[in-house]
Amino acid sequence: MAILNEEQEMLRDMARDWATNESPVTAFRKYRADKPAEGFQPDVWQTMAQMGWTGIVIPEEHGGSDFGWMSAGLVIEELGKTLTASPIVASTVAASAIVLGGSDEQKAKWLPKLASGEVVGTLAVDEGAHHGGKTEASVSGGKLSGTKAFVHEAHGASLFVVSAADGLYLVEKGDGVSLSDRKLTDQRSHANVTFDGAAADKLANGGDDLLDKVLDRARILTAAEMLGMAQQVFDVTLDYLKQRVQFNQVLASFQALQHRMADLFADLAMMRSAVESGLEALDSGFGVPHAACVAKAEANRVLHIISREGIQLHGGIGMTDEYDVGFYLKRARVLEASWGSTTYLKNRFAALAGY
Amino acid sequence: MATLAEPRADTDEAFREEVRDFLAKNFPPELKGKGNALASVEGPTQEDAQQKAWREAMGEKGWGVPTWPKEYGGGGLSKKQARILQEEMGKAGAYNPIGGMGVMMFGPTLLESGSEEQKREHIPAIAKGEIRWCQGYSEPNAGSDLANLQTFAEDKGDHYLVNGQKTWTSGGQWADKCFAIVRTDKSDKHNGISFMLIDMDSPGVEVRPIQMISGLSPFCETFFTDVKVPKENLVGKEGQGWTIGKRLLQHERTNISGAGGGGRAMGAAMSEVAKKYAEFDANGEIADKVLRDKVADFEIRWQAFLLTARRAVEESKAAGGVSEISSVLKKLGTKLGQERSELAIEIMGLQGLGWEGEGFSESELAGVRAWLFGKAFTIYGGSTEIQNNIIAKRVLGMLDHQ
Repeated sequence: MAILNEEQEMLRDMARDWATNESPVTAFRKYRADKPAEGFQPDVWQTMAQMGWTGIVIPEEHGGSDFGWMSAGLVIEELGKTLTASPIVASTVAASAIVLGGSDEQKAKWLPKLASGEVVGTLAVDEGAHHGGKTEASVSGGKLSGTKAFVHEAHGASLFVVSAADGLYLVEKGDGVSLSDRKLTDQRSHANVTFDGAAADKLANGGDDLLDKVLDRARILTAAEMLGMAQQVFDVTLDYLKQRVQFNQVLASFQALQHRMADLFADLAMMRSAVESGLEALDSGFGVPHAACVAKAEANRVLHIISREGIQLHGGIGMTDEYDVGFYLKRARVLEASWGSTTYLKNRFAALAGY
Repeated sequence: MATLAEPRADTDEAFREEVRDFLAKNFPPELKGKGNALASVEGPTQEDAQQKAWREAMGEKGWGVPTWPKEYGGGGLSKKQARILQEEMGKAGAYNPIGGMGVMMFGPTLLESGSEEQKREHIPAIAKGEIRWCQGYSEPNAGSDLANLQTFAEDKGDHYLVNGQKTWTSGGQWADKCFAIVRTDKSDKHNGISFMLIDMDSPGVEVRPIQMISGLSPFCETFFTDVKVPKENLVGKEGQGWTIGKRLLQHERTNISGAGGGGRAMGAAMSEVAKKYAEFDANGEIADKVLRDKVADFEIRWQAFLLTARRAVEESKAAGGVSEISSVLKKLGTKLGQERSELAIEIMGLQGLGWEGEGFSESELAGVRAWLFGKAFTIYGGSTEIQNNIIAKRVLGMLDHQ
């Protein structure tokens, strides 16, 4: 655990208490059964907004708390532990695009509403099943056309941050914007979003690498959610091994299993270091592209192993819907593929390092 | 966590000036890039006059062990000042001439567990780099099962009479003194062990180097035959040797892992090796894309390990020193260190497997020996399997097999 200040410790403890008591995995099960049209429970989102979590990276002058990325990461890690279905990662990243690239007018218009949770934002960047493919969406006369694939939290979002050939644009849900569901294994909100001459407002102040900067934020914050998931699968699996008896012994007493848990524990330590260093990089502004690659690549690697081993170490019961561990596997793979698969990130890391 | 004792920014700048001044006056530029012979267990110390002067200058300041207390000859620096010292030495290309097991393992342990007299006798000599220590732990039948050791110290009133055999004594042939765990009670496996200090030139001590696959002989067999050890050389009380000895291993593991700057000593970044030896295409990328993927894969994990080591140091400050996290660092760092050597050889091809003679640079030949020597990383200081046991039982609370 990074060394935290008092404010951050309070924020983390508050998020941990809330996730544990008010939003445990049974809440995710309820969400799954209720199928809310927004892709999240509006009253839950309201509660999160009231606690100030929707404005953590938004400056105070625009209604946020400006607590920084480490603080945002701490909250999101806790929410990841219990699979809380909310658009907080998507909306925080969308807000950061406006903070980085918006005009004064755009900031004044959107940031207070994003901070209060009244508006949910999301990124609409990729056009295929893989992150990092071609961008064919284009803008002509202030109208954006093109289709973005597998957009996270598309159902609840009313503001899209859309990449086009010449930069990033803000597009409001409404005329010229249509959704087609893409239900994935995590049973969260995903859709292909078609923009057909939708009114688009350019984020003109972020420089040529605005999209890269926004994606680095998406990578690091997603990695924080993945860290919470990995920690939870590890903890639940360890508890299970200490309870389950076979051959008249608890499983935790078998050395073959002890050594596998030691391996996972060490991997988890590396993942935590990588993710925390990504969050620190965002707060310091130093070495972000590199740190984002390391954070998300390690998150991908370690959550992949832990989510798979979590099932194997539970045995058959881990494959049942009654046990939670399978939900983590199904969310893990969606997040692994988002904002950069492991191969994509290794390629980017090598390019940044000059080889 | 900032404390009031931390110097303010302006005093730090003053300290930085002091360091620069010291280095300009005392570090001979001719020694730039030279290693620290004393810290190595792979060869005898053969200092020339310049190296000796540099060691003495650093020893006088106590800056070879910058954070050890000043009263015992250490530098008495804050962590922040120690970092400044390290930075400035890095800029000047200056190595730390004070090292070895006395610095890495024995000194920190004695500072925690030794008597006042013992600290006054031994710590200043370590801080000045005057005395080389070796480790009397493993025995032919006490490897991973270290507590099975049989070397016996018989109570003879004012002294112990030690008989037995140690093995894998790193640098035993060049050491002045040995910190050893020996048996003082045959009836109790763990509580019958004591920690004592033995002069290597005592009558009855015999050292035989063991030739290893690297072609080097850094490890020795050490035989004790009726060796007299004065009672004042007992550290702690009789029967506390296992506790003190294990504590020392935590210091050892943190060092072996390559954490705390040691990682850099393993050599250039993998990307630098690739830039020197791999073919690059017109895009400025490693032409062999599979190899490029391997290099990036390794460097990302290496980065995550170094971050973990840094995090462990920061967190241990709050927790009061090294802890069981040293097992995680040792397990990760040693595995990655070995992987690093293997990948470097893969990048270099047969040029990376030179044994001796013409056609190979000094650093290429050293790399091969380091690769072979490095097989020891995951075995000594408690094998990876022992670290896994410690993590599972002590950290994760997994039960022993009944």
